[in-house]
Amino acid sequence: MAAPTQTPPDLQQRSFEEPRRRALREAAIRYALLAATSTGIVVLGILLYRVFSDGLTYLDFGFLVSLPSRIDPDSAGVSPGLTGTLSLMLIVALGSFPIGIGAALYLEEFAPKNRVTALIETNISNLAGVPSVVYGLLGAGLFVGILDIGRSLLAGGVTLILLILPVIIVTSREAIKAVPNELREGGLGLGATRWQTTQKLVLPQALPGMITGAILGLSRAIGEAAPILVVGATSARFRNNSPLDLFDQFSALPINIYNYTFDPDPVFTQLAASAIIVLLGALLLMNGIAIYFRNRASRGNA
Amino acid sequence: MAPSVTAAIHTSDAPESHVAATAPAPDQNPLRRRSARLGERAIIGVLFLCGAVSVVTTVAIVGVLANETIPFFQQIPLSDFFLDTVWQPFGIPGNEGFRLGVWALVTGTAHVTVIGLLVAIPLGLGAATYLSEYASPRVRGTLKPILEILAGIPTVVLGFFALTTVSPFLREVLGTDVVDLFNSFSGGLVVGVMLIPTVASVSEDAMSAVPQSLREAGYGLGASRSRVARSVVFPSALSGIVAAVILAMSRAVGETMIVALSVGSRPNVTWDVFSQNQTMTGYIAQSVGGEAARGSFQYTALFAVGALLFVLTLALNLIASAFVGRYRQAY
Repeated sequence: MAAPTQTPPDLQQRSFEEPRRRALREAAIRYALLAATSTGIVVLGILLYRVFSDGLTYLDFGFLVSLPSRIDPDSAGVSPGLTGTLSLMLIVALGSFPIGIGAALYLEEFAPKNRVTALIETNISNLAGVPSVVYGLLGAGLFVGILDIGRSLLAGGVTLILLILPVIIVTSREAIKAVPNELREGGLGLGATRWQTTQKLVLPQALPGMITGAILGLSRAIGEAAPILVVGATSARFRNNSPLDLFDQFSALPINIYNYTFDPDPVFTQLAASAIIVLLGALLLMNGIAIYFRNRASRGNA
Repeated sequence: MAPSVTAAIHTSDAPESHVAATAPAPDQNPLRRRSARLGERAIIGVLFLCGAVSVVTTVAIVGVLANETIPFFQQIPLSDFFLDTVWQPFGIPGNEGFRLGVWALVTGTAHVTVIGLLVAIPLGLGAATYLSEYASPRVRGTLKPILEILAGIPTVVLGFFALTTVSPFLREVLGTDVVDLFNSFSGGLVVGVMLIPTVASVSEDAMSAVPQSLREAGYGLGASRSRVARSVVFPSALSGIVAAVILAMSRAVGETMIVALSVGSRPNVTWDVFSQNQTMTGYIAQSVGGEAARGSFQYTALFAVGALLFVLTLALNLIASAFVGRYRQAY
């Protein structure tokens, strides 16, 4: 609203164009940003298309229960990987849930504000950033090397437990934080001890959130190939066909995928795609369960 | 304190039934009460041990890496390791062609990291800006979960995609004489895609933390939406955005399965991103599955490379968390 006589001629001219140009530029930027957001999604779509167009050919029940083969694609399968992944899931769940939830309860409910607590907290956030392949070296050097338990299911399982503990601790802490303090005060006011309050009041409230985090951590563990590859997982079968023989050599779906992908024969690339469908199916199932618990949690708090 | 309570009960002449009704009997036993507290202390002790597992893990990682790396450097001079440009860890020192120049692997990692960041920074920041400044809650609610799905795809699957889809596509477009089947470019591209959710979600957190009043001040001055994003939100969220980028860098350096599948197994120092190469992580993943016998140089070299990787990523993560701390402090 400046006096028109004082406005330089070029600015006057621009002021006529500006609203339309500005709207155009704004729209262009908006769509460029939307395109940037969509790129990842488009790539995800291409990836899934590629996997499903290749992977459905050999995917049948036989694929799930047959041994891997480098010769005959028709009779090849992923049974060691599938049973290996299920065994690993069981071990990792049994190991990581109690320790992770215990650590989260300690840090949120009981830990004094001192240097030891600060050390543990910094430690957890730093561990979350350690590359998974380094955990593999830990497993190879400590469990296979120094403790000498072999390239075994146990060594792989414990490595994965350590890998996902930071994730589980962080998500469990969030769930505990979300429990209102009035509940704790109520418990303590009725004369319950700190542990009774935690166990009877806080834990049930936080549990759905904790389960969600635990399942998400577990789904990360079963998708990981690098650490167990370094610990020594192979695509071979358990020695005596027992899925919980802790000291036997082990396999997992990501390892089957890795080995099939490396096969120069394109037919075996299709088998890799079939194995990916199996893995993604398992992950989808687990995430569905996690979302179910998350919804239950948010309903409970509302 | 406890004995005086029991004394009071014993001296009272009230009928037994009355005592039982006013207070639960077990808790009046001072011994029991003490043991209850002991049990409580034991439980808290166990929970503390759960927390301490993380510290033990760190100590174990450092210990294992040092345990193999220190003997390694007693035999291989640091100068050879860091200055030589050829990586041929076969046999023993003195053999024909035996050289341990980690530089060859570091440049492979650098290829993938730089290409990955060139993809992920514009796309990730673009996505963050769109989600935080433009998208309606409904669009946001649709797009964010899909990006989370992308973040949840196992990296071995992305490696499959890089080797069987991206690399053949590049060879078709640019020519098979220009692009090797295994090359750092396709690995870098897919690592970039993997990093988009990381960059987007960390920087979106920082942008969403910028107070609405700052944006409104910008609009009040007549600024457009993109102008507010660029001149108000970006500078205010800068430390968070820097943190996102450094975090992404650290993840690119540590990413293993994508590069193990698609970059190849021939480390060399080159500017040619379309030729076969090898990264630090790729070397570790590919050699362990092979015949790296315990105690051999090939085996200890794994831990030396792993130690370098650990130090690099730790440094990046510490820098990133310092930046995150800064924006958390600001708002």
